[in-house]
Amino acid sequence: MKMENGFILTTMMDREESNAAKETVKIEVKNLNLFYGEKQALNSINMDIYTKKITALIGPSGCGKSTFLRCINRMNDLVQSCRVEGYIGIDGHDIYDKDIDVVAVRKRVGMVFQQPNPFPKSIYENVAYAPLMHDIVKKGKECDELVERALRGANLWEEVKDKLKDPGTALSGGQQQRLCIARAIAVEPDVILMDEPTSALDPISTEKIENLMLDLKKNYTIVIVTHNMQQAARIADYTAFFHMGNLIEYSDAKTLFVNPKEKKTEDYITGRFG
Amino acid sequence: MQEKNDNYFYIPQIKRRNQKAAIFKGLTIFSIVFSISFLVFFLVDIVRSGYPAFQQTYIKIEVKINDEVVENPYGAVNGKQLKVISRAWLRDLPNLIKANPTWLNSTQTFWALANSEVDQYIKGKESRTSARDRAYVDELKEQGNVVLKFNTLFLLSGDSKIPENSGIYSAIIGSLLTMIVTILIAFPIGVMTAIYLEEFAPENKLTHIIEVNINNLAAIPSILFGLLGLAIFINFFGVPRSSPLVGGMTLALMSLPVIIVSSKAALKSVPASIRQAGFGLGLTKWQIVRDHVLPVAMPGILTGSIISIARAIGETAPLIIVGMIAFVPDAATSFSDAATVLPAQIFTWAGMPEKAYLERTAAAIIVLLVLLLSLNAVAIYLRKKFERKW
Repeated sequence: MKMENGFILTTMMDREESNAAKETVKIEVKNLNLFYGEKQALNSINMDIYTKKITALIGPSGCGKSTFLRCINRMNDLVQSCRVEGYIGIDGHDIYDKDIDVVAVRKRVGMVFQQPNPFPKSIYENVAYAPLMHDIVKKGKECDELVERALRGANLWEEVKDKLKDPGTALSGGQQQRLCIARAIAVEPDVILMDEPTSALDPISTEKIENLMLDLKKNYTIVIVTHNMQQAARIADYTAFFHMGNLIEYSDAKTLFVNPKEKKTEDYITGRFG
Repeated sequence: MQEKNDNYFYIPQIKRRNQKAAIFKGLTIFSIVFSISFLVFFLVDIVRSGYPAFQQTYIKIEVKINDEVVENPYGAVNGKQLKVISRAWLRDLPNLIKANPTWLNSTQTFWALANSEVDQYIKGKESRTSARDRAYVDELKEQGNVVLKFNTLFLLSGDSKIPENSGIYSAIIGSLLTMIVTILIAFPIGVMTAIYLEEFAPENKLTHIIEVNINNLAAIPSILFGLLGLAIFINFFGVPRSSPLVGGMTLALMSLPVIIVSSKAALKSVPASIRQAGFGLGLTKWQIVRDHVLPVAMPGILTGSIISIARAIGETAPLIIVGMIAFVPDAATSFSDAATVLPAQIFTWAGMPEKAYLERTAAAIIVLLVLLLSLNAVAIYLRKKFERKW
């Protein structure tokens, strides 16, 4: 196989490989179809996402990767014209089951967005608000500890420990994004979805977030949408390539980048389109 | 044909283009100067004709107090004095004596309220006082027995058929009570409606129709709301006529559309990313709206609501229909008493022939303007207070 993108190749070669078999499936997607009104945006997606791994979704703009990501915590429910068919199970539980409350799904499946979007409140309140609302902790010492734990978990504690009362929006873009990650892990989810979390950030902030993701995967299953193939190559254990609402290829990251099976995947990762 | 020009930066007709821009700029400046001069003219005129009402003439007289005076206070003064002293003051004299029983069978000195025509004469205005009375007043003035004092009566008494005795107290109380009813009804209902329409309502034909209609309601002539109030509140529900309750409810109907529209705009301006963040954390819609969207939208909601309620305070037409234009000498003590409001009081006085009412009209307008300006100041203060940089 001829690789034109030398960087990705080197990255993949440098990474120690541990993607042996015996992975456990966290999220099971079966025959997922999604429609915006009459228009079909996702065509029968089948995919297993593995526990405590980083799975990257790549593909050109409008390919459906973000739409797919938003199916996993039912954010698409907010779009009125959107209709979802098929099955998504987390640890075997159907999240689209009609007895399941969408709020409960989103508590298990946290989300980090493209633009850092801290609440217009203090750093402390940003982290503490949702756990208090979910009755995970009580106000006071218990809550303070959770805030510290979450901020430490997001590698932000050292930078903000003296200004927890400051507004979250006063932080730099990269810090804001880590605050959003801290906010997400404070709810103690199983899965964290990230929708292009670094595309609005500078390279140094991006590196910090990427390192953070590698830390986080010890405890969480992470699904990330990224436009940046180098990023996928640096951090992803598994990579899925989407095109025109279809899942073209899905395999461990090394195979996908070094040895893609599909012509389209190869064209995309070598920069012939997209 | 244009001459050949060696200038590298030469553009044909540049002068005319610049001229046009200058003319347009001149026109815009002219219009702002024009409108400001109208405003200044209006304010100066109102203040000029209104400020004398804040002063009132008093005349020093001596009265022999006995039982006869209590029986017939008009006999307490001589014929000359009777012509210059207010009948309202004399009418009240027995009450004053009853409050001070030690005065009986003694001679007391009073600063008695002068009647309105004498008051106008002292203020150097056109007056119907006869030449004889003028001479008498001039004489009293030379003796130092005539003074202009700050007119506390104007601020502390209600409307009266005797001009020098009339004031805006009952109108201010009426306006206050009406405003309380308006705020209590219009603000919560308006904001709740806006929250439903903006945050919860599905986007379909029905909500679209509702929104269009609310926008139209904001532009409906206010007198129609008065007719609605009359038909529904008074005739159907039997709310007491002329009461602050019915007036406030009518004004609330009138303010609702504006409050809804401005609150909706304020909610719409809250970035969608805040709501997304909330949903991503598994918060319920109400938690997101209550704790994250509303605080950000609050300055806008408050500004819109206060301006809308300020408009309602200055409203006359719908209140005429529900009977708040009546002659109300005593201040209302409850929400169901007969009451009048400031603009209605102004309207009533403006139609009176006596000159004293004329200056009271202008003075009441000044009071109303001060009230409205302070409400706007409150609006600005609240906006600044809630508007934190995020």
